[in-house]
Amino acid sequence: MSRLKWLVPTLYIVFLMLPIYWLLNMSFKNTNEILGTFSLWPQTFTLENYKTIFTDPTWYNGYLNSISYVVVNTIIAVTVALPAAYAFSRYRFLGDKHLFFWLLTNRMAPPAVFALPFIQLYSAVGLFDTMWAVALAHCLFNVPLAVWILEGFMSGVPKELDETAYIDGYSFPRFFTRIFIPTITAGIGVTAFFCFMFSWVELLLAKSLTSVAAKPIAATMTKTASSSGYELGLLAAAGALTLIPGAIVIWFVRNYIAKGFALGRV
Amino acid sequence: MATIKLNNLRHSYLDNPRGDEDWALKKVDLTWEDGGAYALLGSSGCGKTTMLNLISGLLTPSEGSIQFDNKDVTQIRAEERNIAQVFQFPVVYDTMTVRENLAFPLRNRGVAKPEIDKRVVEIAQMLDLSESLDTRAQGLTADGKQKISLGRGLVRSDVNAILFDEPLTVIDPHLKWQLRSKLKELHQQFGATMIYVTHDQTEALTFADKVVVMHDGMVVQSGTPVELFESPEHTFVGHFIGSPGMNVLPGSVVDERIGYCGYTVDAHLRADQLNGADSFELGIRPEFVHFADQGIPVDIVKVSNTGRVRIVDTRHDNDLIRVVVPEGESIPADKGYLQFEPYRTTTYVDGWRVGDKVTPISSRTGAATRSQISQSQTSAGSAS
Amino acid sequence: MSQKAQNNKAWWLVMPVVILVAFNAVIPLMTVVNYSVQETFGDNVFFYEGLKWFGQVLHSERFHEALGRQFLFTGIVLLIEIPLGVAIALAMPRKGIGVSICLVLMSLPLLIPWNVVGAMWNIFALPDIGLLGKTLNAMGFDYNYTRQPFSAWATVVAMDVWHWTSLVVLLAYAGLTAIPEDYFQAARIDGASAWSVFRYIQLPKMKRVLTIAILLRFMDSFMIYTEPFVLTGGGPGNTTTFLSIDLVKMALGQFDLGPAAAMSIIYFLIILLVSWLFYTFTMRNEN
Repeated sequence: MSRLKWLVPTLYIVFLMLPIYWLLNMSFKNTNEILGTFSLWPQTFTLENYKTIFTDPTWYNGYLNSISYVVVNTIIAVTVALPAAYAFSRYRFLGDKHLFFWLLTNRMAPPAVFALPFIQLYSAVGLFDTMWAVALAHCLFNVPLAVWILEGFMSGVPKELDETAYIDGYSFPRFFTRIFIPTITAGIGVTAFFCFMFSWVELLLAKSLTSVAAKPIAATMTKTASSSGYELGLLAAAGALTLIPGAIVIWFVRNYIAKGFALGRV
Repeated sequence: MATIKLNNLRHSYLDNPRGDEDWALKKVDLTWEDGGAYALLGSSGCGKTTMLNLISGLLTPSEGSIQFDNKDVTQIRAEERNIAQVFQFPVVYDTMTVRENLAFPLRNRGVAKPEIDKRVVEIAQMLDLSESLDTRAQGLTADGKQKISLGRGLVRSDVNAILFDEPLTVIDPHLKWQLRSKLKELHQQFGATMIYVTHDQTEALTFADKVVVMHDGMVVQSGTPVELFESPEHTFVGHFIGSPGMNVLPGSVVDERIGYCGYTVDAHLRADQLNGADSFELGIRPEFVHFADQGIPVDIVKVSNTGRVRIVDTRHDNDLIRVVVPEGESIPADKGYLQFEPYRTTTYVDGWRVGDKVTPISSRTGAATRSQISQSQTSAGSAS
Repeated sequence: MSQKAQNNKAWWLVMPVVILVAFNAVIPLMTVVNYSVQETFGDNVFFYEGLKWFGQVLHSERFHEALGRQFLFTGIVLLIEIPLGVAIALAMPRKGIGVSICLVLMSLPLLIPWNVVGAMWNIFALPDIGLLGKTLNAMGFDYNYTRQPFSAWATVVAMDVWHWTSLVVLLAYAGLTAIPEDYFQAARIDGASAWSVFRYIQLPKMKRVLTIAILLRFMDSFMIYTEPFVLTGGGPGNTTTFLSIDLVKMALGQFDLGPAAAMSIIYFLIILLVSWLFYTFTMRNEN
């Protein structure tokens, strides 16, 4: 029985790859072939769909918009979460448990609930349709998540490290930036990965908070799907391109992924 | 119970071991007598745990065979070898009670319920676990958990041997001593073969009747504590056993004899020992070095008082020589001369001892040889 | 457990987080609460309505149906994804290049934008040109997710399993690899069967990560919106209209702000309540 063990993950991966393969297959076909024939690989291989995306600003700007708010969100979330996670992992303070729980409840708030109030809020502060609106709105769920994961990593660092540094005459900011942060780089990497991931995949808020200037790629795709009579090849190519940033990020953090999930504390 | 024999045993964790360093265990021939209390002593990474796991069957050796009472068990799996093993970190099944934990190995082997209950109660009593039998194992302290691990080994009446892999590492010092006496007591009561792996010589020497010392994947010596102390077969044993360890000094060959600073030891080397050898060394325990009016000139570097005796660090050229000076004897101020007890001086070629016996030193200066052999029967206890 | 020092100055360290999250959570939540107790006829004129909308939502058949579908969907995906994820994690290799390959390929679905997941499954399952749809029909199944409720449900569930089982796998795998080798060796010496090893070692040691997995999967599947919206648009009919889809329809489609806000609050409270109950129940035995 254990001889056949490898079959389980293999079959699962095949199942995971099938829709992705079909997406890639479609992206290299022209519309006629997609609608006219059923074939397991492109009969007339074309790069037209990709060419359209790379030459049409409404398409490639979508990518740039998405990447920029995701990166900004990741930086903001990790930066504010670092001191907070340190506070939770090292100190008891008035209302700490309630605060931690309240932060986590925001991870449980359905984005659908917040879509409309967010539009009003960010319109009121004049950020509507900028990448800042999305980057800040995604902090709703990414900041609590970042605090949660980082706190898990920091609790694994012995308190003696802090005490030794303070005895050696380090001030808090100097200790934190010079000693503490370098010791938890792995944790920061994992946290950044998760922030990137959840900001990159979210669409409801990103779509609601933008209209023209800052529209994310995912929203451009939805529009194509509904307006221009189902250009499946183009849609498939755009979808295939959204796999790339994720794949790159996974490759870099592959050794930390499993650990990062485990170390967050419940 | 059984006599365990290891024949030409070799093991490597690699599929295709090439060089010497690829072998975790380099050729071992050894017999563990039935009912013995053994310690397997060595520094970390020397192959102790590998050897233990080969005996219990958790590993299958790359080469060689293992016999229990002349029956070859090399290919038999761990669960069928009737071996109990206690690990460095306590292993308990968290969701079970103490009682269920103790019963687990018996239940897995299909022992009848009344028999299980009887054994569990017996073992619990022996290990002072009777009162916590029905509590969850998860909440116990480290030593409580380790007792359960131990109990799961003892509960089986058919075990061939009980193996301990540094079982007291995570136990508080004062409980360590208690648990070790408990083990000793259990050994007397059960009469099972016990093999106790440790890197701590005190633990080894107080637990065992016979100590097996390992170094770099090899068994370098196997003997009683006294043997290990008095005639180390390898410089490693000299260093490792005794506190402080043996002085091992670089020797030079004069007239086919190993000598140090003009003194040679009366062990003739054969031609094959001389040729191709990388190092010649001379070993003397600090207990058998004495200050005298003449001999090897040394500078006194440091004197440390350990209570019963004083340990003096001295230096001749670049060689550190330690001397143990009993109470009441005087120590020169900053320069002095040393004499080695001739019958206690050993010689080593490439780390291994040469010569059949400890042989007397002969000196060119003709200093009086002390005749102290009879009164130097040093017990292992005082060495630790 | 190390003792943490009491230090109320630590509030300064958490202040940025509090401000940022409060800005994003408290103000919109107040807006929602505000809407939920008022009636508007446009032109920013509001009338206080008390708890009328709450009563209306709680008694509406539409809400009951969406809620029922939501619980059914969440229940089904949890029942499939948790055991499947654990089984895959158990069968995964422990060392070598296989680990990296598995982790990278399995994580891939987690990093695909949710609407792309929907679009991908849309293309994959189309009865005429999709690989899945075409194959199923060729095998004699009458499959069309745009017309038959059962096909639609099966597709939405399959898509969620495809999308999220990897999260359970990663968590379970992390839990499994954290178990010291000693446990497995001791179990072999004790003569434990593979089932006993799973039941008494692996499962108890995975309890913490599985709690996280179940909580995350519960929350996210209960909030699901984008993927089924892109795939089925909530149809055919209303058969795959889950709570979020219904809510967005009500708020942004029909602009029924009052009922939508009341429903938001009820929705949010249900998630909080279920998560809290689950967490307290599973952690009751600890300490």
